[in-house]
Amino acid sequence: MTREDIITAINNFLTEEFEIEETQIQPAARLRDDLGLESLDFVDIAVIVQKEFGITLKGEEMTGIKTLNDLYEYIFKFTNN
Amino acid sequence: MRRVVITGTGIYSAIGKNLEEVRNSLVNGRSGIVLDPERKAYGYQSALTGYVERPNLKGILDRRSRVCMPDHAEYAYVSTVEALKNARIEKDFLKDHEIGVVFGNDSSTPAVIQSADIVREKKDTNLIGSGSVFQSMNSSVTMNLSVIFGLRGVNFTLSAACASGSHAVGMGYLLIKHGYQDCIICGGAQEVNLFCVASFDALNAFSKKESDPQGASRPFDRKRDGLVPSGGAATLILEDLDHALKRGAPILGELIGYGFSSDGVHISVPNVDGPVRAIRIALQDAGIGPESVDYINAHATSTPLGDENEAKAIVGVFGDHSPVVTSTKSMTGHELWMAGASEIVYSLLMMQHSFIAPNINFEEPDEHTGKLNITNRTLKQDINMFLSNSFGFGGTNSSIIVKKYKQS
Repeated sequence: MTREDIITAINNFLTEEFEIEETQIQPAARLRDDLGLESLDFVDIAVIVQKEFGITLKGEEMTGIKTLNDLYEYIFKFTNN
Repeated sequence: MRRVVITGTGIYSAIGKNLEEVRNSLVNGRSGIVLDPERKAYGYQSALTGYVERPNLKGILDRRSRVCMPDHAEYAYVSTVEALKNARIEKDFLKDHEIGVVFGNDSSTPAVIQSADIVREKKDTNLIGSGSVFQSMNSSVTMNLSVIFGLRGVNFTLSAACASGSHAVGMGYLLIKHGYQDCIICGGAQEVNLFCVASFDALNAFSKKESDPQGASRPFDRKRDGLVPSGGAATLILEDLDHALKRGAPILGELIGYGFSSDGVHISVPNVDGPVRAIRIALQDAGIGPESVDYINAHATSTPLGDENEAKAIVGVFGDHSPVVTSTKSMTGHELWMAGASEIVYSLLMMQHSFIAPNINFEEPDEHTGKLNITNRTLKQDINMFLSNSFGFGGTNSSIIVKKYKQS
């Protein structure tokens, strides 16, 4: 899976499942402050990430992911290991 | 003691998605019962059910709210929006006052089954998602409504089997009557999905008249053979009279009596004594005699013994001079946890529009039900006072009396 594929998949579930406006989807966007995601949403992101990429995100690992770009990088790192 | 009035109602049921649709169904004796092939394939002995379409709340409620709502919370949201609108209560009023919520509900099934399936298969609770716990709890309806509407008063769910909705209204009445709250959003909600009544079906309690869905629910009729499960949600805004008058609220009726009792005999078989006591306590609380009641909305679910024992209880209290009795379950099916609340909404519609809805499918009485004054036709009749009965598993009984509001 290329980095572009990962970015497209993540952006798609953020717009479709989480109903976030496409204009808000920027790599530097902060998940909580800019995209309005909260702790319960991260529980659902973990489920989608598992389905889309086969990666099990643990709550404690999510704490280091602050921006959308952090999320792209995190998934990219795992899928390419 | 303070006087308690009803200032708004809302309904979402198998016979209509709002008050106007439901009123038309009641007047015309329209049944909301269908045969659900999915239930048959799943393994139900009887696939009869009330048909209730899930509301589409996308674009109305945000994702976080929707993810936490089971189907019956969605129905309750819709019925509550209608009730608040009719009561002329705006969002700012809810924010600035201590408004409560008490709903009757006694199950919330799919999320329990689906989360267990995920963990059995994947061995990882991480994959359940965030909404499941909120959807699976019995208090799901009140926890969702309180957050969505920003309520700041009493907030709990009352579980009492098929009398849940009635007791919830009764509890709201007591809390207001005794001065603990000024205004409470009361009601009942009942899930309608593939899983929700499978274990109930296991008791052989459902009608087997699958070839005639709309004729299957026949309370008090000699050929009745079981209930037809149904659901949806009903909301009533209960309010202290002075509070209602002060804000110029419409007053639909006055709740004057609540009686409750327990049979203390059998887990599923109702008796006569328990309902008799509940009705008598309601009459006593209302300070009226049986002769003052113009209409009884019976609990009667279309089970052979349940209807027989309710008939005996009504005769036991009202003697040979029974007021007109009908069971709206003949049209709606048995709305279970919601029924006690919805049937007050149905009866209020009859009171407001001077008619009595028919007990459809009542063709021939048996020796007990023949002693009641049951009508299978719509009657044009004023109702000054009605009694609504609800009884449930474990012998829980609830009777509510409502009268037309008069200033005094």
